[in-house]
Amino acid sequence: MSQKIPIVKINENLIVPFISDIDDRSALELQSELLQRIFDSKITGVLIDLTILDMVDSFLGRLISDIALSSSILDANTVVVGIQPAVAITLVELGLELEGTFSALNMEEGIKVINELRRSRYDFGDIDE
Amino acid sequence: MSRQEILQNIQIENNIDLVKARQVVRTIAKDLNFNIVNQTKLITAVSELTRNVLIYSGKGKIVIELLETDINKGLRITVTDDGPGIPDIDLAITDGYSTSKGLGKGLSGTKRLMDDFSIQSEVGKGTEVVIIKWMDPSKL
Repeated sequence: MSQKIPIVKINENLIVPFISDIDDRSALELQSELLQRIFDSKITGVLIDLTILDMVDSFLGRLISDIALSSSILDANTVVVGIQPAVAITLVELGLELEGTFSALNMEEGIKVINELRRSRYDFGDIDE
Repeated sequence: MSRQEILQNIQIENNIDLVKARQVVRTIAKDLNFNIVNQTKLITAVSELTRNVLIYSGKGKIVIELLETDINKGLRITVTDDGPGIPDIDLAITDGYSTSKGLGKGLSGTKRLMDDFSIQSEVGKGTEVVIIKWMDPSKL
């Protein structure tokens, strides 16, 4: 019923597409695996694609926020893409803010955001790209 | 005139039952033609309540009923456990209050998502939460 969520590395980014609903234990495993990969592979951007989810409850909302805040300590930015309008409405009514995350409408915009964030990390010269 | 009919009973015992509970509510809400926002709110509410059962009691059950009046339809979902119970319900439904590692948004948030929310609890006996969502809350 819940499939393992893949973590795909592209350059300095990790793409995390939620491909199905996820149980709590798998979500916690995903969190620790993701942070380890960020550390091991010198990742600077994480894109979490929630297009397929029709629900983000307080547990998952907190988990995503925790991922973003921990990633930021490891010097990576987290962009959440593809949140459905109904999910956004519900998140706000629940009182969840996805603290620490950046948002984009879709993956394409998300990649622009992550590249912009990476550029703005360096004020001097063009160290990256 | 109001009619009611039990659509589904779900036992909650573990992590996977939580995913199943969401799936059952998703299917029922969709079949009844709840709009997409209300489908999402129902799935989210059940997820919050089911997780509470797992955290505080370990097991419990969900009963999903269809409510029908001549002009409206709704879902009544009753989530019960025989866990430790809640000593202070007013405090438990206060935004930001939590005795677990949660955000304290579970009960208060669920209440905001539904048209009707009631909770009964007895310390040492258990807790029952009843939520109702109408297809058209303006026609009650």
